Amino acid sequence: MAVNTQTWWQQGRVVETSDLAEGVRRVVLAPDRPVHAAPGTHVDLRLDLAGHVRKRSYSVVRSEDGGRRLTLGVQLAPSSRGGSRHMHGLAPGDVVEMTGPVQSFPLGVGADRYVLVAGGIGVTALVAMADALRRRGADYTLVLAGRRRAVMAYLGELVEVHGDRVRVFVDDEDVRLDVAELVGEIAGSPAAARTEMYMCGPIRLMDAIRRAWVSHELPEPNLRFETFGSSGAWAAEDFVVHLPQLDRSVRVGKDSSMLDALEDAGVDVMWDCRKGECGICQVKVLDVSGRIDHRDVFLSQQQKETYASLCLCVARAARGDSADADAAEPAAVTLHLP
Amino acid sequence: MTILDSPPITAASKIFNFPRNAWYVAAWDHEVTAKQPLARTIAGVPLALWRNSDGRAVALADACWHRLAPLSKGTVLGDEIQCPYHGLRYNSAGRCTSMPAQETINPSAIVPSYPVVERYRYVWVWVGDPDLADPAAVPDMHQMDSPDWAGDGETIYAPCNYQLVLDNLMDLTHEEFVHSSSIGQDELSEAEFEVSHDDRHVTVTRWMRDIDAPPFWLKNMRDKFPGFSGKVDRWQIIHFEAPSTICIDVGVAKAGTGAPEGDRSQGVNGFVMNTITPETARTSHYFWAFMRNYRLESQTITTQLRQGVHGVFGEDEDMLAAQQRAIDANPDHEFYSLNIDAGGMWVRRILDRMLQAEGLPAAAAAK
Repeated sequence: MAVNTQTWWQQGRVVETSDLAEGVRRVVLAPDRPVHAAPGTHVDLRLDLAGHVRKRSYSVVRSEDGGRRLTLGVQLAPSSRGGSRHMHGLAPGDVVEMTGPVQSFPLGVGADRYVLVAGGIGVTALVAMADALRRRGADYTLVLAGRRRAVMAYLGELVEVHGDRVRVFVDDEDVRLDVAELVGEIAGSPAAARTEMYMCGPIRLMDAIRRAWVSHELPEPNLRFETFGSSGAWAAEDFVVHLPQLDRSVRVGKDSSMLDALEDAGVDVMWDCRKGECGICQVKVLDVSGRIDHRDVFLSQQQKETYASLCLCVARAARGDSADADAAEPAAVTLHLP
Repeated sequence: MTILDSPPITAASKIFNFPRNAWYVAAWDHEVTAKQPLARTIAGVPLALWRNSDGRAVALADACWHRLAPLSKGTVLGDEIQCPYHGLRYNSAGRCTSMPAQETINPSAIVPSYPVVERYRYVWVWVGDPDLADPAAVPDMHQMDSPDWAGDGETIYAPCNYQLVLDNLMDLTHEEFVHSSSIGQDELSEAEFEVSHDDRHVTVTRWMRDIDAPPFWLKNMRDKFPGFSGKVDRWQIIHFEAPSTICIDVGVAKAGTGAPEGDRSQGVNGFVMNTITPETARTSHYFWAFMRNYRLESQTITTQLRQGVHGVFGEDEDMLAAQQRAIDANPDHEFYSLNIDAGGMWVRRILDRMLQAEGLPAAAAAK
């Protein structure tokens, strides 16, 4: 379980593409310097999006032949930051700039039981873990949740391979994942304290699971998750950042992050992980018009609710649930950038 | 891969690479404690070894997730280890449980935790693919904690590639020259030997019949048979188990009393237990013990045997260090083999195949 956070760049050639599910594209890359990608790893790609080079992270679904073939699964997100549209346009023969496998979501060894929870496209981070657990002969459960069956990548294959270890929840079939029941069942089992959960999915799902996990007093270190900061409470929309100290306002397009927009505007800000984990790009919030969609995992729930600060790399301003799509005024956030 | 770009035959590589997918001894059981972590590099991986409150041995990568400060300089706090620099804490799975100055814990804050098995008085670790770490694959060293055997041992920090130690133990004709005052005798290089193998084991068997017992063995015979004198039949049966454990069945019996045929009752029997853990390409942890199956009650004999073997192995250590220096000083010179190297060459072939299966070259990378 080497935790490899070293990032080196190489070229990868697209060798195969196909549709995995509605709106989900399979992209198989052949890297220049193949390294086996362990379960839980992702690769970062440098994509040229409308003239700006952006880094995007994609879980490695499958690593074959010592890493000579790495399979990614990419969901086309209408409100994404542009990366998925680019990825869906790739064809065999195209070359991308990519890192070697980066591990920040390693599958542990030695737990009595493993529960993998995939929400939507989050399944891409868990396919290889489920395979590894099956090979080990471990006790594991794979929970797959999605809005509609047609958009759930790998569903058929996983059910076939993992049989009754898979539990499928589909919103529009009214078989919804009940987080309280799932976590309650773990908490009530004899292996409760020695159960590890690995989850990847929309941040609302992960927040709900985390709250249930904490309320059952399950050991927090046993709850593992990965987020690339790409999902929030609301769909991404355009908003405005006011920077009174610099006497500037910057518009953030729905395809761009606040951090990207500030950098593009020449504002020098400090950052590190760019996925809402480390807190380096945390700044104080002076005022909000609308709501803050935090999207990070650095601030605690309580900190998020106070609107006192946000992480520039993933947070967005949004008009909130009652927003009129045609309302003229975008949401805005005023930040303290000393 | 075509024949042209397949690797050359490297069975005589001088600096032999080591498999990662293997159990290696990291420490004697008593060296790993809940009081303070032990720093030790195993198969190229620096580890912090400690025990949690259940008494279970834990092996974490010896570098904090944050700024890579060595956890082995930190503190064991029950089920957690605390980094000495900024106080981040990790549980035995390597997951961070506490970070300074923030309310949450970064989801990627994990250090690798390696599979550990305690067996035969040793703490074994697996630094390769954890999904392949089958406890049943720990090499057999059952004499170490069997009620039928008694003895003790030590660790040598050997400044040489681990394969040189394996070579040393797979061919004992060197005893005549390196250990002439204790166990060496002319008959060693005169006696025939037989080599057998399967895909994990190599056995070299040598019998020397009707010979004088060298000083070490005469002393042992007299421990069991006070006042013994006369000729003996002597045996050395070397059992190698991949990747680097060698248990040598050694002994002497009164000549002509049937030992070669299986009746060892008129003799003394020991097992020289050796397991060699590569530290780096040029350094090794050499764990050894001498176990005997007679006079089990005598701590005096245990101490004397440990001290005696300590002296003998000190001679090997000097030779191995000098050999490694000469190898490094003569980079353009190759190894050649003698007839007596057959056992060692089978060991190399087994290791070579293990390395190939891992996609690793047989020769370790240069310094």
